[in-house]
Amino acid sequence: MEIIRPDASYDIIGKTKLFVGISTVVVLLSVLLLMTKGINYGIDFTGGTLVQVQFKEAKPIGDVRSAVGGLSLGDTVIQNFGSEGEFLIRVEKSSGDIEGVESVVKTALIKEFGKEAFEMRRTEMVGPKVGADLRQKALSSMLFALIGILIYISFRFQFRQAIASVVALLHDVIITLGVFSLSGKEFTLPIVAAVLTIIGYSLNDTIVVFDRIRENTRASRRAELSGLVNKSINQTLSRTLLTSGTTLVAVLAFLILGGDIISDVAFALAVGIVAGTYSSIYVASPILLAWPEQARRGSRSKKSSTAKA
Amino acid sequence: MRGVSWRAAAIAIVIVVSAFYLIPPEERINLGLDLQGGIHLVLEVQSEKAVESKMSRYFTELRNRLSLDDIRTRTFKRDELRLTVTLHRPGDRGRFLSMMQNYPDLTLEREEGTPPTFAYFLSSQQVERTKEQAIIQALETIRNRIDQFGVREPTLQRQGERRIIIQLPGVEDPSRAKSLIGKTALLEFKMVDNQANVASALERGRSPEGLQLLYEVSRDRQTGEVIERTPLLVKREAALTGDNLTDARVEIGDRFNQSYVAIAFDSVGADAFDRLTAANVGRRLAIVLDGVIYSAPVIQERISQGRAQITGSFTLEEATDLAIALRAGALPAPVEVLEERNVGPSLGADSVRQGLISIIVGFVLVLMFMGIYYKLSGAVAIMALLFNLLILMGALGFFGATLTLPGIAGIVLTVGMAVDANVLIFERIREELRLGKTIRSAIESGYGKAFLTILDANITTLIAALVLLQFGTGPIKGFAVTLSIGIVASMFTAIFVTRFVYDFFLYRTDVRSLSI
Repeated sequence: MEIIRPDASYDIIGKTKLFVGISTVVVLLSVLLLMTKGINYGIDFTGGTLVQVQFKEAKPIGDVRSAVGGLSLGDTVIQNFGSEGEFLIRVEKSSGDIEGVESVVKTALIKEFGKEAFEMRRTEMVGPKVGADLRQKALSSMLFALIGILIYISFRFQFRQAIASVVALLHDVIITLGVFSLSGKEFTLPIVAAVLTIIGYSLNDTIVVFDRIRENTRASRRAELSGLVNKSINQTLSRTLLTSGTTLVAVLAFLILGGDIISDVAFALAVGIVAGTYSSIYVASPILLAWPEQARRGSRSKKSSTAKA
Repeated sequence: MRGVSWRAAAIAIVIVVSAFYLIPPEERINLGLDLQGGIHLVLEVQSEKAVESKMSRYFTELRNRLSLDDIRTRTFKRDELRLTVTLHRPGDRGRFLSMMQNYPDLTLEREEGTPPTFAYFLSSQQVERTKEQAIIQALETIRNRIDQFGVREPTLQRQGERRIIIQLPGVEDPSRAKSLIGKTALLEFKMVDNQANVASALERGRSPEGLQLLYEVSRDRQTGEVIERTPLLVKREAALTGDNLTDARVEIGDRFNQSYVAIAFDSVGADAFDRLTAANVGRRLAIVLDGVIYSAPVIQERISQGRAQITGSFTLEEATDLAIALRAGALPAPVEVLEERNVGPSLGADSVRQGLISIIVGFVLVLMFMGIYYKLSGAVAIMALLFNLLILMGALGFFGATLTLPGIAGIVLTVGMAVDANVLIFERIREELRLGKTIRSAIESGYGKAFLTILDANITTLIAALVLLQFGTGPIKGFAVTLSIGIVASMFTAIFVTRFVYDFFLYRTDVRSLSI
């Protein structure tokens, strides 16, 4: 079976303006969202307390709200979570001693519903010091991953490929963050892991295309680069779609069946995979071509002369 | 084709080794706290407080020595990390200095005037050493308390300069465990000053020289709510501390069925307690735990057997934990809970079940995908994927790594991504076949051409995963671990193992067509 006919030759480079235009708009919208609506940081980064309770019987959220709402704990968010009768209570900015929030919530729930009516399934408390630490670590880890990858690609390819692939992955990360901002989902520590994985995954796709371009360039040095790039994208197209397909299928299975705690991670991965597939086909290669012709020739002739020597 | 047999042997060895480290899975695979339930705590030892209390201890001790040796002083005061002494009689200088030789930690800063005034301070080296010891001792003490509390396989780990990470799997009452661990359990006996005016101290917000204002707190024994807070003025310096205890246990009173903690002093403590009670019959002695007065009974008579009781309004559970804490000793400095995560066992079990289901469903979907698309070759890739999962789980067992919920996400991602190498190879083989090459050479060049691409593509993902491994805390680390192992294993299974399968069949049989 084939999804892409072997002799397929879509004119992707010819429509660069259209595809890059779409990307630019989506990226700009994402940046706009990030600047206005921003990211809903979870307690991992803001500090705070999270309590997940499950009642034996379904309960309207109003009951929980009235039991906990009057405690004046600080910024409190109460939401349904998973099954009926299961709730997430999040206290973001504790007005008092953060260590006590969990037990205050528990006492209030016992008072209102009785000891046997519910189970505390999960509690998390992150102090402000740790929150700041984690923020710092998350940022530096992304930076280190980027630098490491940039070095590796510069080493294996050329610097302009490195730049093009980094642009593509920034595209993917920004769009993923934008969609996250739009959905209002909580940005937690595992989401950082998802973003880092998207970085790796996005490159994976891009590199396969670049690899093909390099191979084709070696085979026919005379040919025009844009034609070679277009050919390379077409040759790798079915692989790109297939791999993204299997990965997406696995991630979607996890999104639907993996449970609520981790579903946001699967969501981020799914968005990142779609954006990454798009960018490796439509964004990364055109950026390669945007490099001044002069520089391209220069680097190529240099390469061939070293090959002869 | 040559090399088939040694490759078969290599593959067989990997299978056997992986299976060896995987079986039985319940014992080999460590589940993270998010999967088995339990409590994760990050504490920070406020080690600067240990320095402070060391100074305060020196101060009390020196004062006692000075009066024992009959060295009279005009002034004797402590100001943060500095002690200043002015002697009353200049002739005591020699005796004073030789007494001070017992305190090598205190450095003489200056000596001036007659009668001489001495200033001592704790050097920065000493401060650092005290802080370091405080952390080591805190680790030790907390480990003792946890052992006595009875937790199966706890882990305690020092992180950075003054943080401690504690993981307690399967704890049923996390708040009780937390309060036991986090309690400083500094027990002090302080004399209550009945003459001093509590009301005026409250009004001025300041206590008279040498005294401090503490509250005697009584709680409702059912709900634990504070019913009454009575302010009392007590001596700032403790007459005796929990350092001199040999034992502490819970007992139940005959009359009200009320639990209390019975304590026993060592000989030094018993002596001091004897003297203290003898000198203060009829006055009140406050029993202070972590700055809160539990009770302040009137001393009825001299107590010389070195035994006492701590009564107060606590539940049996609290009394039990207090006894544990007193036996294990006080923390050298208070600890602050920086981070706490706990997961109930039912939620953990749910996560394991959901994780397994999604791995299986993801696997089946990918299997269908590959089977339809590549037919028999797809089956080869799927076999490689199964093999990959076996290696992945075996490697988890081998490294003693912990499987977490994000770790399961990493496995799911591996299921999706690991076939990539095979997709790359198969697409290449198809291309070569279209060019009219024979099956054998199509396979040969398909593998050859795809290899570097696979390497490049996987290494970038691996870089991201390794960065995560460095950065990640518990659960996140689990994700990085499974993802990294999955990637590395896929290089082996998708390239080496599938190639072997092709070569095996090409070698044995006269293959005319390739199902790809």
